[in-house]
Amino acid sequence: MTTQPQTISMRQTAASHKRRLVWERRLWKGLILTILLIGAFIMSLPFVWLVSSSFKLEEKIFIFPPEWIPDPFRPQNYVEALLYKPFGLYFFNTMRIVTLNLIAILLSASFCGYGFARIRFPGRDFWFSMVLATLMVPYFVLMVPQFIMFSRLGWVDTFHPLTIPFFFGGGAFNIFLFRQFFRSLPEELADAGRIDGCTEFGIYWRIMMPLCKPALATVAVFTFLAAWNDYIGPLLYLRSDYNFTVAIGLATFRGVMRTEWNLLMAASTAMILPVILLFFFAQRYFVDGLVLSGLKG
Amino acid sequence: MIMTTHHWYDRLSPRTLAGRRTLVGYIFISPFILGFLLWFLIPAGVALWLTVHDWNLISPPKYVGLKHLGSMVADDRFWQSLRVTTTYTLVSVPLGLVLGFMLALLLNTKVRGITVFRTVYYLPSIVPAVASAVLWAWIFNTEYGLANAALRALGFPKIAWLQDPQWALPALIIVALWAFGSGMVIYLAGLQGIPDVFYEAADIDGAGRWAQLRHITIPLVSPVIFFNLIIGIIASFQVFTIARLVTNGGPQNATLVYVLYMYQNAFQNLKMGYAAALAWVLFIIVVVLTLFVFKYVGGRVHYEDAR
Repeated sequence: MTTQPQTISMRQTAASHKRRLVWERRLWKGLILTILLIGAFIMSLPFVWLVSSSFKLEEKIFIFPPEWIPDPFRPQNYVEALLYKPFGLYFFNTMRIVTLNLIAILLSASFCGYGFARIRFPGRDFWFSMVLATLMVPYFVLMVPQFIMFSRLGWVDTFHPLTIPFFFGGGAFNIFLFRQFFRSLPEELADAGRIDGCTEFGIYWRIMMPLCKPALATVAVFTFLAAWNDYIGPLLYLRSDYNFTVAIGLATFRGVMRTEWNLLMAASTAMILPVILLFFFAQRYFVDGLVLSGLKG
Repeated sequence: MIMTTHHWYDRLSPRTLAGRRTLVGYIFISPFILGFLLWFLIPAGVALWLTVHDWNLISPPKYVGLKHLGSMVADDRFWQSLRVTTTYTLVSVPLGLVLGFMLALLLNTKVRGITVFRTVYYLPSIVPAVASAVLWAWIFNTEYGLANAALRALGFPKIAWLQDPQWALPALIIVALWAFGSGMVIYLAGLQGIPDVFYEAADIDGAGRWAQLRHITIPLVSPVIFFNLIIGIIASFQVFTIARLVTNGGPQNATLVYVLYMYQNAFQNLKMGYAAALAWVLFIIVVVLTLFVFKYVGGRVHYEDAR
């Protein structure tokens, strides 16, 4: 494009062209915003329906067209739902499993990840390819033999099958994530440690671990999410009511409450709420984890 | 230092530097190696052994050779579960990929409120599967559910979502698509990694939006699309919780997904051998599919550093 229009008419066309571009851009933005708004409306409708149903009187559940703002407004649904089954105990059980998984995974996966990332030794690449191989094997492929093993060990109806395996490596995905993170740290730090007489374990624990708080936070967030949301594990291994997790509690609550949808929605909301709160407080780590797994894979 | 001969065990001996490093390295990765043996190799061996046995966990196991493979071929419910899972995968994975990618494109245009949008679209993908199942069972309620309320408001007749064999699987696919936002976050990061200069250069050359999308954006995020495709296929072959809690495989096995059928065999009919055989078939299917995708789609993926 010429910078100096020679005639008035050319200057005019340039100006109108520019105006058209501005309008086109505005139109385009408006279109995008409209699509996004419609999509967001559809995506959030189930949430609105969930929360609205959870505050309704039972009779008000079964009317058409549905009443969006509950009248009467019944927060007691939550009390009734959460007291109907010992959800407090379920919550406590789930948090025990979550805590054990956090300890297991954060220690074990970072430890292995450090070995894969920063120490060169024969066989390392072979074992790392085994990490990647286990990453590709679906959980359900080994579900039956693992169940048989754990029941032979007498672990059925205990938390062991849901916690102890994580002390051994903490899951291929988490090892991978820590390895990626450790590789991004400068080797000079480790060298400085070595000169000061630090052992490799000292370097891992005192120098590298404090630097990898973002990776620890990301893994912690996903560990919590996995344990809190897990259904198949508790379904297979937890038998007694007093051992149930929130997920299994909600699933059996659904079996008992066939039509009391308001109470079911209250219990579901209560189960979703911690996850949403976690998302709002740790949003960054959710995104980091997804990106780290997706882009650098 | 005087070193006359090298033995293979020198590499493991803590007396040499390399040996010490090897030892330390193996100590670091030992939790994984132990876990790999205990929770992976041994179960895989047990699974192989189970495949050729009949065992209900109570009476002693009986060797049956390849009987399970034969009964699989003649098992209608096995074929039905394969059909259901394949349909589910073929519909939900491509739709999820396209929707996630388009959404990321829209969000990448620097519109206002991107964090709000990102949150709204992403949240459904972290909702616990059990809670999601309970919620959607209510949404798909024929008389008072949200889905039919919406249909009726738009003037359509109501659908017996979870009772009609024709509609039960589409209902489950809708539940899966509600969570399509997890891929969007990955795409978005990929899109934001594309340098602006590429688009500026294309602008100067007079390339339109469509040409820019086809020749710049899609090639540069193709590794991410590919990654999401593989993950999506593996995950959708393992769909279980929603199918078990919303429809439990019904009506008329219309939502009998593969893993649910395997679960029923193992833990309801106590056919451990048959379930293990089903698991091996699942494994082979996933491996073959992954290799297939690598071969036929992987070749089209553009890698920046492999020019």
